[in-house]
Amino acid sequence: MSFLRDEPLDLGRLVAAVMAPDRGGVASFLGLVRDHDRGKAVRRLEYSAYGPMAELECGRILGEARERWDAEVALEHRIGTLEVGDAAVAIAAAAPHRDAAFAACRYVIEQVKRRVPIWKREHYADGTVGWVEPQAGRRAGGTAGRAGATADSEPHPVESTGQNDWGV
Amino acid sequence: MTVSSASTVTVRVLLFASYAEALGQASLTLAVPAPATVAGVLQVLRRQPGGDRLPERPLTAVNLEQARLDSPVRPGDEVAVLPPLAGG
Repeated sequence: MSFLRDEPLDLGRLVAAVMAPDRGGVASFLGLVRDHDRGKAVRRLEYSAYGPMAELECGRILGEARERWDAEVALEHRIGTLEVGDAAVAIAAAAPHRDAAFAACRYVIEQVKRRVPIWKREHYADGTVGWVEPQAGRRAGGTAGRAGATADSEPHPVESTGQNDWGV
Repeated sequence: MTVSSASTVTVRVLLFASYAEALGQASLTLAVPAPATVAGVLQVLRRQPGGDRLPERPLTAVNLEQARLDSPVRPGDEVAVLPPLAGG
């Protein structure tokens, strides 16, 4: 199973994969490429990854969610070039009851942002580009209620970033 | 740069995203004084062209596992230096 995909994501397929007669609730999350970030108009995003490590971490995150909430969870993340409105990440979580389904789904997106080695470069409408490099404190702040593809991202020059250590 | 002897540890270093851009390459082989740690690898890496642009404490991984500055590094290990993560 590969969690990194270079073709459009299909949330319906993920939902279908986690549904079962003993699971009465399904929660899902779709992160989309937004048309702006910190006041700048965004045209597209380029996603790249440390593939083998990203696959490992995604598998672990899903295993943790399954164990903690007795849920079945599915996850896919795009790599490559995405246009505004394209789905960058898709998650489906099914559990016997809704609380566990929502919690498992939320856990997966938060952990993906924290642990999976994926990067994105924004292409702005004015023709410039910038790496999106969230700060550790901001990442841990939990803004996922509005977590689209660039919801808590903030680019910085390379010189001033990367002060964070693994927080887990 | 890749000269290796009993007193050095040769590792493969992977760079990603803005760090690959800063150093102008995505992978390189480095010989690091033994006994080696991640910090030792970073010290040698900083002497490469553009290496001075790396932060003090970047995220790192050794053989696909999250690592710390004091994590040991053995011959043939894959040491990845990772910019702030931006998935999702």
